[in-house]
Amino acid sequence: MKRMLLALLALVLVLSACGPAPTPTAVPPTAVPPTVAPKPTEAPKPTEAPKPTTAAPAATTAPAATATAAPRPTPPPGRVTVEFWFGLGKPLGDVLEAVVMDFNKSQDKYYVDAIYKGAYVDTMNAAIAAFRAGKAPHIVQMFEVGTATMMAAKGAIKPVYQLAKETGWNLDPSIYIPAVRGYYSEGENMISMPLNSSTPMMYYNIDAFKKAGLDPAKPPKTWTEVRAAAKKLVDSGATKCGFTFEWPTWTQLENFSAIHNVPLATKTNGMTGMDAELKFNSDLHIRHLQTLMDMAKEGSFKYGGRDGAATVLFPSGECGIIHASSAARARISRESKFEWGVTFLPYYDDVPGAPINSIIGGASLWVMNAPGRTADEYKAIAEFFKYISKPEVDARWHQETGYVPITHGGNDKTKADGFYQKNPGADLPYQQLTRTKPTENSLGLRLGNMPQIRIIVYEEWEKAFQGQQTAKQAMDNAVKRGNEVLREFEKTYK
Amino acid sequence: MQRRVIFNNRLLPYLLLLPQLVITVVFFFWPASQAIYQSVLSQDPFGLRTRVVYLENFLTVLRDPLYIEAFKVTIVFSISVTLFVMTLALLFAVMADRQIRGAQTYKTLLLWPYALAPAVAAVLWNFIFHPSIGIFGKALNSWGLHWDYQLNGAQALVLVVVASSWKQIAHNFLFFLAGLQSIPTAVVEAAMIDGANSWKLFRSIHFPLLSPTTFYLITINLVFAFFDTFGVIHALTHGGPGRSTTTLMYKVYMDGYVNLNLGGSAAQSVILMLIVSVLVWLQFRFVEGKVHYT
Repeated sequence: MKRMLLALLALVLVLSACGPAPTPTAVPPTAVPPTVAPKPTEAPKPTEAPKPTTAAPAATTAPAATATAAPRPTPPPGRVTVEFWFGLGKPLGDVLEAVVMDFNKSQDKYYVDAIYKGAYVDTMNAAIAAFRAGKAPHIVQMFEVGTATMMAAKGAIKPVYQLAKETGWNLDPSIYIPAVRGYYSEGENMISMPLNSSTPMMYYNIDAFKKAGLDPAKPPKTWTEVRAAAKKLVDSGATKCGFTFEWPTWTQLENFSAIHNVPLATKTNGMTGMDAELKFNSDLHIRHLQTLMDMAKEGSFKYGGRDGAATVLFPSGECGIIHASSAARARISRESKFEWGVTFLPYYDDVPGAPINSIIGGASLWVMNAPGRTADEYKAIAEFFKYISKPEVDARWHQETGYVPITHGGNDKTKADGFYQKNPGADLPYQQLTRTKPTENSLGLRLGNMPQIRIIVYEEWEKAFQGQQTAKQAMDNAVKRGNEVLREFEKTYK
Repeated sequence: MQRRVIFNNRLLPYLLLLPQLVITVVFFFWPASQAIYQSVLSQDPFGLRTRVVYLENFLTVLRDPLYIEAFKVTIVFSISVTLFVMTLALLFAVMADRQIRGAQTYKTLLLWPYALAPAVAAVLWNFIFHPSIGIFGKALNSWGLHWDYQLNGAQALVLVVVASSWKQIAHNFLFFLAGLQSIPTAVVEAAMIDGANSWKLFRSIHFPLLSPTTFYLITINLVFAFFDTFGVIHALTHGGPGRSTTTLMYKVYMDGYVNLNLGGSAAQSVILMLIVSVLVWLQFRFVEGKVHYT
């Protein structure tokens, strides 16, 4: 008995000796915008022409699942191989792997080796570490808020327009949707290759609307109407919470600024200069936070947590209205046990000109430099980028994932497929993104260390929702702290 | 003289020590020296531009009110975890040390939490205490307690303290139990003959004789709370709401890994290294003198 205990003790000692080192990589952080949408359920598409690979998600999931269990397929000899690190989790990542697999099958000169590197933050850190060791991957998928960091790393990346020039690829930026292209371009020059882009939408619980005596055919359009509807949902007992949102800053600050055509920061939201200053403590921004605080007080709004933590509150039936990514559509249709509808984001109707186009979230593909790259390898990258820009490939990506099409061609193809008849509302994200020509305030944003700024806003808002400070204090503090982050970023690159 | 007979080879002792030394240098000294080096630099994440800024990173960190805030959170967090863990573990150990039926099963079951990774533990706790989907969280709300750790800082802190402690109790329990079992029965029996009741027995016999274990566990638990609770905090609260669960360790991670501020993060690591060194030194210097070793 005692001997056994001693043996156990020894084991514990060994375990605790291995313990102390913190292992951040063991926990994939969830700080990843639209990966929240797990599985596309719109997959069975009877109207679609027979295309074996898109038949059902199961068809794409199964081989991928076995591929991860078994060692990854080795690149066939004689092909130019490029490494592609991505950060999309299981269901969506499977679709991406299937796209890559099809590219590899579509020709016999090049081979893209797709490797999952964990969540976006992990992928980013892995790519940075690899670059410092001279072993950067050829292509890396990077979330949109990492754009400024990547663009500032001039020697580490090769801009897409330059890649096109060097490889003789006749790149035409106009085939890409402006709201998508603009986010990743410097002037007319595309710097990274758009891939998964989404935009926030408003989802509402039709069953609960009916129960509360609201007309589901006329979903709320303005914030006044949203507040009234949310209050009615709660007061009538139809739902426990009226309204919530996921990705708080993305839906309520970044896109809020865009559709009301007010600046988030100077210098075209940071796109034309690193010396940009945050401007989101305007009267309109403060007023909006105040609205949310008032709604929280009257019980019609519930703060559901940072990043994608609130998403679950909608399909569970707890909240009747949610602002969530267009890529959450798949998850909502799979998990909800009620009828639901989707519509545009609301706006304040006394703001002149509102609403204009919304902005995207998601990720894009970056070409990374490393010692010893050959012209053939760059050619392989260009071929892969060309492939994913094809209308049929883009259309399939859009339909299976819930991300918006990145090209006009992909959108036309989806329309021609009859997809939108089968899935009403699936075309609204595209419409919301393209309903007006992007202005300075709705082109996108490019702020250094944006993930950190998002966290600062979370912190200040959470304090405001707890009643520890006023809306004005929260916004002023966030702007002040955020500007310090921007100055720090600027200093690093001087 | 006798030693020379056993080790007549001068190199052998060094050779035998070598594996341990190599491991220590590669996995402890080298990264630590890298952290110190990085802490005096200002560098972009890709390492394309590097400037030596000497102690600027340290000054920035120490002047940062948020760092002081994280410091306070860490103190509250570490002391709470240590107290909570040791009280419960000692209680369990004393109970398990008695002659009860199924004692073996009881002991084995108590060890289970230790086998879980912190992140997994946190996910389980999330399933239990999430205000709208967790079983217990929902129950708390339906009992009229306003439970929402996503918005209430104090509740969030309580939750991460309890979740971190839960994992560590098994470890402490084992040490206390071993300590209790190594107390000679003769001493206990003598006390019982003298008429000591169970409280008196615990106060005058068990507890003093356990003091080496207790002392060791205080150090281990403080270090655990400082360094090893990242997974729990990360999976449960992300350091929020507000900054109410951002400990020094979590701040190092956020600044270095998410915000890519390598210099500032390295400076914080160095400070953390110093704090823990001082802590351990203090404990050995002052507390150990008062500990009764058997």
